[in-house]
Amino acid sequence: MNWFNTLAEQIKNTFSDLYTNISEFVIDLARQFEIAFIVDDRWKYIVSGIGSTLLLTFLSLILGVVIGIIIAAIRATHDKQIDEMHPGIGKSLLKFANGFCRCYLTIFRGTPVMVQILIIFFVIMASSRNKMLCGVIAFGLNSAAYVAEIIRGGIMSIDPGQTEAGRSLGLSYVQTMAYIVLPQAFKNILPSLANEFITLLKETSIAGYVGVTDITRGANIIRGITYQSFWPLFAIAAIYLGMVMFFTWLVDLLERRFKNSER
Amino acid sequence: MKKIIALILVVVMSVLALAACGGEKDAIVMATNAEFPPYEYFEDEVIVGIDAEIAKAIADKIGAELTIEHVDFDSIIPGVQSGKYDFAMAGLTVTDERKELVDFTTSYATGVQVVIVKEDSAITSVDDLFAEGADHKIGVQLATTGDLYCTWDIEDEGLGTIERYNKGADAVMALVSDKVDCVVIDNEPAKVFVENNPGLKILDTEYITEDYAIAIAKENTELMTKVETALTELIADGTVQTIIDKYIPADAE
Repeated sequence: MNWFNTLAEQIKNTFSDLYTNISEFVIDLARQFEIAFIVDDRWKYIVSGIGSTLLLTFLSLILGVVIGIIIAAIRATHDKQIDEMHPGIGKSLLKFANGFCRCYLTIFRGTPVMVQILIIFFVIMASSRNKMLCGVIAFGLNSAAYVAEIIRGGIMSIDPGQTEAGRSLGLSYVQTMAYIVLPQAFKNILPSLANEFITLLKETSIAGYVGVTDITRGANIIRGITYQSFWPLFAIAAIYLGMVMFFTWLVDLLERRFKNSER
Repeated sequence: MKKIIALILVVVMSVLALAACGGEKDAIVMATNAEFPPYEYFEDEVIVGIDAEIAKAIADKIGAELTIEHVDFDSIIPGVQSGKYDFAMAGLTVTDERKELVDFTTSYATGVQVVIVKEDSAITSVDDLFAEGADHKIGVQLATTGDLYCTWDIEDEGLGTIERYNKGADAVMALVSDKVDCVVIDNEPAKVFVENNPGLKILDTEYITEDYAIAIAKENTELMTKVETALTELIADGTVQTIIDKYIPADAE
């Protein structure tokens, strides 16, 4: 039985080593946690950043939706109407506006938002001192490009028969849009729009590059003071994840309600 | 629908109104990178340090309200140049390249670039970095003078590669985890870094000595005159030295 005792002893030692290592590791993490967040109330750097992150996301989305609607209206009208229009100033104007919008979409969807925000902050709005405004404009313009395509997709997804029916009933193009197409399109658009909001929320993490003190910036400040990365980075990862899960839940709720209304 | 549009308009307007408030008269904005102890660093969510205190003293003298902005180090000079910030104090060394972009005041402090290595490092003196056939990985903070000198002296000569980090602390963390062989950085923050990271040391020989000064946009001669006058007075009456001594104990050198 000697071999058995030796083996048992070894297993015990291994486990007690493992236990000591794990408990040391946990104690170490707890100590690091204290240094990262508790000492000098450093958690405030991150918490005060949550407001900036949300404000930046909301304002950017509002700007994005406003510009996005304009672009989508031009693009959808062009796609649906251009063949029926008589040659004239109206038609050339619409063609020009559509071309401009397509350029806009190509540029803003074809370059990284990181580069766009740097260009806005350091070149286009070089003399502006309001970094939040620069952030809102950069993310808003970028988001507008995506929102425009979401809205246009929603409008185009409605069967052309609906428009034809509306027009046959004597409604004008604008009336058909407002009373028949848009209410139906809205249902397709809203969930994608909410997803765009979630994407935007995550993208704002680069706003720190122009000095906006969002939560990523807050974590970086803590990393600068404490020389450790573990807790600050995992903490903000958890906060982003928590926010995204919350908004995803809201979107799901919204989608379910729309589904119910179909019956 | 009208209500929603009205709401959107209100929000947009208030943002624009906020933006307009940025340009009030007697406020001056200083740019710094508050990751450079003891010159500037965060304490209780406020930027403190030698530069912050000297800036406060200057602002008091010229009767202006001081705001300090924490920005990336490589954004400081472009920001001052374009008028985003009125002036910059960030342990900024006067170099010929920077002089072409902005104007500098009289120097108010001297900085020394030093080399941080691990205690058991093969690098024992600064000359090892320039030795023939040397091939070291050197960590620096992006766009600092440490970056500039190492690029000229080492990278351009083919004596090693430079890893540029956004923060000094990131460069030091890279050294701790052996991603780089040494870090070239200013002496005062280096001391703080070494104090906080056991197993690191500063080489005895210094890399280079340099002068710190305040940067102001070339067009802004009015502010330049005011700041220069205030700074000269503060140097003359010993205020600047008192502030420096408060943060850097004399026995440390």
